[in-house]
Amino acid sequence: MSFALPQLLRGLGVTLEIGAIVVTAGSLAGFVVGLSLLYGGFAVRLAARLYVDTIRGLPVLVLIFVIYFALPAFGLRFSAFQAGITALSIFATAHIAEIVRGGIDSIPRAQMDAAKAVGLTFWQRLHLVILPQAVRRMVPSWVNVAVEIVKGSALLSLLGIIDLLLAMQNVVGVTFSPLPFYGLTAFLYFAVNFTISRIGGLMERRFAYLKY
Amino acid sequence: MAPILKISDLHKHFGPLEVLRGISLDVDPGQVVALVGASGSGKTTLLRCVNALEDYHKGSISLGDEQIGYQDLNGRRVRLPESRVARQRAELGMVFQSYNLFPHMTVLDNVALGLVYVQKKSRAEAERIALSWIERVGLADKVKSYPFQLSGGQQQRVAIARAVAMQPKVMLFDEVTSALDPELIGEVLAVMQNLARSGQTMLVVSHEMMFVREVAHRVVFMDGGVIVEQGPPEEVLVRPRTERLQTFLTRFRGVLR
Amino acid sequence: MGAYHFNWFLAWQSFPRFYWGLALGLELAALSLLIGSVIGMAGAFGRSFGPTWLRLAVMSYVEFIRNVPLLLLIYFAFYGLPKIGITMFDNVWSFVVALSVYSGAYLTEVFRAGVNSVPVGYTEAAKAVGLMPWQRVRLIILPVTFRIILPSLSNTFISLFKDTALASAVAVPELTYAAEWLNVNTFRTIEAWTFAAVMYLFAGYGIAFILRRIERRYAVIR
Repeated sequence: MSFALPQLLRGLGVTLEIGAIVVTAGSLAGFVVGLSLLYGGFAVRLAARLYVDTIRGLPVLVLIFVIYFALPAFGLRFSAFQAGITALSIFATAHIAEIVRGGIDSIPRAQMDAAKAVGLTFWQRLHLVILPQAVRRMVPSWVNVAVEIVKGSALLSLLGIIDLLLAMQNVVGVTFSPLPFYGLTAFLYFAVNFTISRIGGLMERRFAYLKY
Repeated sequence: MAPILKISDLHKHFGPLEVLRGISLDVDPGQVVALVGASGSGKTTLLRCVNALEDYHKGSISLGDEQIGYQDLNGRRVRLPESRVARQRAELGMVFQSYNLFPHMTVLDNVALGLVYVQKKSRAEAERIALSWIERVGLADKVKSYPFQLSGGQQQRVAIARAVAMQPKVMLFDEVTSALDPELIGEVLAVMQNLARSGQTMLVVSHEMMFVREVAHRVVFMDGGVIVEQGPPEEVLVRPRTERLQTFLTRFRGVLR
Repeated sequence: MGAYHFNWFLAWQSFPRFYWGLALGLELAALSLLIGSVIGMAGAFGRSFGPTWLRLAVMSYVEFIRNVPLLLLIYFAFYGLPKIGITMFDNVWSFVVALSVYSGAYLTEVFRAGVNSVPVGYTEAAKAVGLMPWQRVRLIILPVTFRIILPSLSNTFISLFKDTALASAVAVPELTYAAEWLNVNTFRTIEAWTFAAVMYLFAGYGIAFILRRIERRYAVIR
C-alpha cells in the first residue's frame, strides 16, 4: 500500500488542478455568456443560446473527444491536458451560463424598476442590486456543476492524463489486491466533492439574510 | 410660473390595445396632482412613462426644459442612451405599489444608495442625509434593520424616504397604499401629506379619495386612456360634470360626503 | 487549416453502426432507469419511513454515489467485481449495473421529494374515506407521486442517455464507441465525431420534446 500512496496523491493533485482551472475559467466565461443570454443584442443572444443548448445536449465524453481528436484536423496542435481542460471548460461555461441566466431571471422585475427609478446605470443596477440577490440563488446549482467537473475530470484519464482515476488504474495493474484501492480512490473523490458541497452550504448561509 | 413637468399628446399601445390616447398634462412646481380612474384607465402606465420605465409611441414628456427618454434627431424621435436616461431618472423620485426595497441592504443603505452612486456624495454625507429623511418618516429606530423585518407600512415609508432623499424635482407615487393593510395606510398618507405641505411637486395615482381631496391641488380623472375631467378636488370630486366620472365616484360615496 | 480531405461518404457507409449504437444507448438508459427506479423507490420509502439504521444507510448510499465518478463505478463493476468472485457480468451488464446503482442514488432523492410533496389534503381525504395505509399508498400516494415527479424522471432519463457514452470505455458498442471505431479505422475524425454529436443532439432533444408532450398529458396541475 505504501508505494501506491504517492502515486495516488499525485493523481489527486492533477485532479484538483484540473478542477480548479476549469471551475474558475468556466465560471468567468459562464458569467459573461449568461449575461449575454439576458442582455445581448439579438445576434449575440442567438449565438449564446445555440452554444449553450448544443453543449448541454452533448455527453461530456463526446465533447472531450471532439476537442481532442477533431481540433488537430484543423491544424491546431495542443497537448492532451490542454485539450481536456478546454473541453471541460467549454462544458462548464455552458452550464454556468444557464445558471447565471436563471438566477438573474428569477429576481422580480420590480427590483430592476426600483433600481432604475433611483437613477442607477445598467452596470450599477447589476452590481449593486440584481447580482447580490441573484448570486445566492445560483449557489446550489453552481456547486452541482463544480462537483460534476471534478467527476468529469476522471474522464480525462481516457486521454492518458494521469489523474486520480488513471493513477488508481496504474496501481491496481501491479497489485494483487485491487479492492482497497478502489475504495480509497472512491473515498478521495467523495472527500473532495463533499467538501465542495459543504463550502457551498456555508456560502448559502452567508447570503441567508435574503428572506425573499 | 412655467410648468415643471409637461406631458404632451402622449400615445401608447400594447399591440392592438390603445392604452394612452393623447394625454396632455402640465404640472406646476409645488403642485400635487392626483390621477384617479378605474383600473385599465392608463394612469399607472402614464406614470411609468414619465419615468421612462415604459416606452411610448407618440408625444413627449419634459422635465424642466429637458425631454425625458427621447430626443428629436432631424425630426425623428430617438430613444436616448440608457446612461442619459438614468441621469434623468435621478431627478424623478418614484414610489411603487410593492415598495421594492432592496432586500439585501439595510434601511440606511437603501436610502443612501442613490446618494452615493448616482449623486456621487461621500458615504458620510450620504448617510447623514439618509438618516435625516429616515427620521422624518418616523423610522429612526429601524435604521439598521432589513426590509423583511419591517411591516408593509414601514417599508413603504422607507421607500418614500429613498425617493425623496435625492431631492427630485417631481415625486411619482404609484398606488402606494393599495398593497397595505388598512391600519397601515394612515402612516404612509401622513408622510405624503407632510411632503406635500413642504412644497414637493407630486404626481399621485391613488384610490384614497379622502387623501386626494385633502392634499391634491388638482385631480385628473382618466378613463379608457384619455383625460375626461380635471380640476380642483372641490369641483371634480363633489360636482362631477361628466357621467363617466359620476359613475366612477359612486363607489366612494361614503368617503366623499 | 491543414490538408484534411473530407470524405462524408465513407462515414455514411458506417451509418448502421451509429444507428444501432444509438439504439443500444437508449436501451441501456431505459434499462438503468427502470432498475434505478426500483432502487429509488425502495430508497425513498426506506429513508422516509424506515428505522434509523436504514435511513442512515440510504443517506450514505446516496451521498457517496453522487460524489463519485461514474467511470470509477463502471471500472469497479467490470474489473473489480470479478476479483471478489462476481464474474457473471459481461461488459454490457457491468455497465448496466454501474449506471443503475448510479441512477438509483439520484432517483432516491427524486422519489423522496415526490412523496413529500404530495399535498397533505389528498392523504387526509384518503384516510377520511377509510382506506387502509397500503391502499392509500397504492391508490393515491404512488399515482400522485408519479405525476409530480414526471418532469424529474424525464430529465433523469435524458441524463442517463448522455451517460451511456461512458459505456464506450468498456467497449460497449454504443454511439460514442461507433465514432471511436470510425476514427480509428478510417481517420475520418471530424466526420465521425460530427455524426455522433449530431445524433446525440437530435436524440436528446427529440426525446425531451416527446417527454414534454407526455408530461403535459399526465403531470399534476396544482
